[in-house]
Amino acid sequence: MQVAADHALEVADSAPALQGLSPGKLAWRRLRRNKTAMISLGVALFIILISAFAPVVCALLGVSPDGNSDLIADAGRPVSGPTLDHPFGIEPGTGKDILALLLYGARVSLLIALTSVVLTVTIGVLIGTIAAASRGFVDRALTWLMDLTLTFPSLLLLLALSNVMIDRLTALGVPEGNFSRITYLILFFAIFGWPYIARIVRGQVISLREREFVEAATAMGASRRRIILTELVPNLWAPVIVYSSISLPGYIAAEATLSFLGVGTDASLPTWGKLLSDSINYWQTYPSYLLFPSIGLVITVLSFNLFGDAVRDALDPRAGRV
Amino acid sequence: MLGFVVKRLGAMVVMLVGLSIVVFLLFSVLPADPARLTCGKSCTPDVVAANKVRLGLDKPLTEQYTTYVKGIFAGRTYNEGQGVAEIQCPAPCLGYSFAKQAPVTDLITEAVPVTMWLALGSFVLWMAIGVSGGVVAALNRGRWLDVALQSFALIVYSLPTFFVGLIALIVVIVQFGLLPYPDYYPPTQDFPKFFDTMLLPWLTIATASAAFYVRLTRTQMVETLGEDYIRTARAKGLTERAVTVKHALRAGLTPIVTAAGLDLGLLLGGAIIVEAIFNLPGVGRLAVGSVLDSDLPVITGVTLVAAAFIIISNFVVDLLYMVIDPRVRLS
Repeated sequence: MQVAADHALEVADSAPALQGLSPGKLAWRRLRRNKTAMISLGVALFIILISAFAPVVCALLGVSPDGNSDLIADAGRPVSGPTLDHPFGIEPGTGKDILALLLYGARVSLLIALTSVVLTVTIGVLIGTIAAASRGFVDRALTWLMDLTLTFPSLLLLLALSNVMIDRLTALGVPEGNFSRITYLILFFAIFGWPYIARIVRGQVISLREREFVEAATAMGASRRRIILTELVPNLWAPVIVYSSISLPGYIAAEATLSFLGVGTDASLPTWGKLLSDSINYWQTYPSYLLFPSIGLVITVLSFNLFGDAVRDALDPRAGRV
Repeated sequence: MLGFVVKRLGAMVVMLVGLSIVVFLLFSVLPADPARLTCGKSCTPDVVAANKVRLGLDKPLTEQYTTYVKGIFAGRTYNEGQGVAEIQCPAPCLGYSFAKQAPVTDLITEAVPVTMWLALGSFVLWMAIGVSGGVVAALNRGRWLDVALQSFALIVYSLPTFFVGLIALIVVIVQFGLLPYPDYYPPTQDFPKFFDTMLLPWLTIATASAAFYVRLTRTQMVETLGEDYIRTARAKGLTERAVTVKHALRAGLTPIVTAAGLDLGLLLGGAIIVEAIFNLPGVGRLAVGSVLDSDLPVITGVTLVAAAFIIISNFVVDLLYMVIDPRVRLS
């Protein structure tokens, strides 16, 4: 160690351009060189941005998510297919612009997915760290809780409890309608999603807690809270980033599935899931209604998945050598 | 080794008990009143109140729970000593559905074979496609075949199952008429019809799941193929096939088996979406139907059975570890 440090000093003296790089910086450098990662990150950020500012983007493009009977001919058929004014076409039956619906829908879908990821990861990291750091009975009890949570048929429970729980949320003061429906979904995703990340974090912390820097902190008299919060948790960002970027598309797909099953938001609020399940009925008479939402979903999910894969590769110290 | 099995078996039983308590508590918050469902349109407040007593719903929750558990092992009789026709619910009694006029156990045992055929068929398909796809991708790392397999897996993985299923239904059955409309027959009764009905559901679940296994197997294989003992195996002059299957794949098998066991267990508890799309009378459809009818005994029963499948498959996975990984046997 000492020899290497001396050598590094010598090298640094003769060639000041050389710098030591932390593993984080090395990973970031690897990530930046990866074209797929950068493109997928760009696409993902672009989608987040345009959906966050959906009203502005729609105004700029001159499209509107509101129904327009002028655009509907007889029997609910739109007056035209995709045109310059309506690049993705018009929703049959209502005359809403499909591009606008897609943007507004993305906003809701991404909001649900992002909030679920943040909640899941927060709970998972906390419980996983506490389990690993406390050992003994607490660890066993928490691990058991994780296993128990994972054995629940969550989709079934989600369906069975939806009406009751949404009513209860409203009774607790959560605004009625879509707000409480969305809150229910997010809470449900968080309650049944945290064990996955908690398991990963627990494994990570178990391997970290025996390391010298934790021992050093203990020797200096750091409290357990301090060791957990300032020594252990900051070392967990790698699995957290990978898990988040991979689970986000999972939640988008889950929201879509639940909309299909009728548990999602009500008709007034478009989401991707609703667009997909509504549009299937028109696949023959108005294919662009089905085509564009599905392409949008695939591109979004794909970009998050690809980025997550790339982050995992970049963080793997062996990745460069194999 | 026996100690390990006994320990896991004990853990499984504890888990089942814990789960049944949670499920019972969870559903006791539902306002849907099972007593109301016993009389249908002829309900009056008096009748509902009387039925509540008959069903034991006026008793405290702990007593209801013990009665329920006792029913599973010893069976139970509804309307006992109430001056009305008694309803026998033989063990294992998971409750009685007054909406469907049948013991819950019967309803579930009718639905389980359908779900079982669905799950087993797709399981075989997706493991075959997923694992071999992953191995081929790993062996051709960086070449076009790897890129093609990975891109295909990622795209399929990105699509929700209901979407893949609906598209398959619309294109294959509605548009081109390649298969008849799904209409379930047991395989023993009419095998060709059974096969025609199950083909698309199998493929739907298989493609969606295989995508994940291609990715998982590839990652595992790439990792183990880089190990020193693989080079040793090659240096010993083993055939490439032996190196791939016996050394690399076996070492990377543990996470694949873990995931496969969990997925199969989950599927046996009802493939809600695929059963809904293809109109299969399995556990998933029974569950959704009873949610819509607020048929509480059936919901509770199905949830318990579904969770039991997951717990049991976890146990089987633990046993399989001993076969795959000698280190587990020794510890």
